[in-house]
Amino acid sequence: MIHAYKHGQQHIVLDVNSGAVHIFDPLSYDMLAYLEAPLSEEYPALLEEKFGKSQDALDSYADIYELYQRGELFSEDDYIDLQKAMPKAEDVPIKALCLNIAHDCNLRCGYCFASTGDFGCGRKLMPFEVGKAAFDFLVAHSGKRRNLEVDFFGGEPLMNFGTVKMLVAYARELEKKVDKKFRFTLTTNAMLLNDEVTEFLNKEMHNVVLSLDGRKEVNDFMRQRVDGTGCFDTIMPKIRRFVEQRGDKDYYVRGTFTKNNLDFASDVRFMVDQGFEQISIEPVVCGAGWEYSIGEEDLPRIKDEYDRLADQIIADRRAGKFYNFFHFMIDLQQGPCVYKRIKGCGAGGEYIAVTPEGDIYPCHQFVGNEAFKLGNVMEQTLDRSLCEDFVSANVFTKEECSQCWAKYYCSGGCCANNYAFGQNIKKTYRLSCELEKKRVECAIAIQTALSE
Amino acid sequence: MKKIKTVKTANLKASACKGGCGECQTSCQSACKTSCTVANQKCEK
Repeated sequence: MIHAYKHGQQHIVLDVNSGAVHIFDPLSYDMLAYLEAPLSEEYPALLEEKFGKSQDALDSYADIYELYQRGELFSEDDYIDLQKAMPKAEDVPIKALCLNIAHDCNLRCGYCFASTGDFGCGRKLMPFEVGKAAFDFLVAHSGKRRNLEVDFFGGEPLMNFGTVKMLVAYARELEKKVDKKFRFTLTTNAMLLNDEVTEFLNKEMHNVVLSLDGRKEVNDFMRQRVDGTGCFDTIMPKIRRFVEQRGDKDYYVRGTFTKNNLDFASDVRFMVDQGFEQISIEPVVCGAGWEYSIGEEDLPRIKDEYDRLADQIIADRRAGKFYNFFHFMIDLQQGPCVYKRIKGCGAGGEYIAVTPEGDIYPCHQFVGNEAFKLGNVMEQTLDRSLCEDFVSANVFTKEECSQCWAKYYCSGGCCANNYAFGQNIKKTYRLSCELEKKRVECAIAIQTALSE
Repeated sequence: MKKIKTVKTANLKASACKGGCGECQTSCQSACKTSCTVANQKCEK
């Protein structure tokens, strides 16, 4: 399988199963429309009919055939061991925890998927004992996995900062006893950032995600306090100061775009101008019918905007200015192995979410949906039979994914998104797919453009 | 080659031999909690 597309003046060809990426000249590119495996060494009669038999045409086909022989064009996926990609749920170690440390929030963002912080379950902060039990549960179910991840999430996790500190201290002692390594991350709206918090986060957190939608008017339209006032003027100096003190440790300034700001490349530009170098802006996750919901009709505009952003990044990097847009990050040389790419996010398998009550869900997006409650860390219960559907979800068991050129880049999409729109975690949501494919095209195009 | 430039050589097949250790970061933990991009993750090996 190949994917051939144009970005600006570039003719880009991705060989899906091998992962090879090529830049073709226009004639070679046009020939691809008439070729499929297996290729013959001899110049095909169909190409002669369409393109003649000039030296130029013969040279094009010779290059195509050389790539084919090298296994870098029209390659097969017969090297993948599907058994390795599809273990039973009970055999999958749990290695990543989304710890919903606070089901409460000090903002009332208009698009919040967590029902303004409480996930529809009532406002509550996680007691230390529940968090401690969650860490013990994680270690007990982690098998041979050494690197364990805990994301302090909410609601707003800094509303329960004291417990975060106590749990990190507990985990640092625990990791010495059990020969594991905890990697902490935290996602915050930045309202409660101060010097004490910043110092702690910079010491302990592998990554910190700071929520900001971009320009003041964009941010304040959705990200508001309980009294309806926007939070921009409060959080911007806090985020700026945090990033200044972050040094070379990971962070993302992370925003959401909605139907109301489809010109989100301008929000990326705004963030860059504030001095931020690690940026993520993503489409809103919500059902149809809200005034800010993104619909099929918005696709052409959003795709154009991703192109605009990609061209902006290419121009800036050529001018020596570096910043990173999360969804255009792609490591073409040392990226994840093919098995990681097949399985994706790991929700309900290696990844679970835990609520302040200790309830376990496949991921944070399923919290509050009783049908997906897997167990409880205080009771040390876990029904892995409910996880089978998640663990078996991969790009080969999702019908649309198996035929998609982008499968090794997106890994089959978000189970929660699929469920929200199709009541089936293996039924992909077309709108998400279209956006993801466009982002992958742009990500590759940035790399190929900068290679020239 | 005269007409085609390879920017990235094939490496997915090779990754199948050594891959699947499961030590790399869970993708949804990395930035955004709604993400489905995995190709931007780092290999821990």
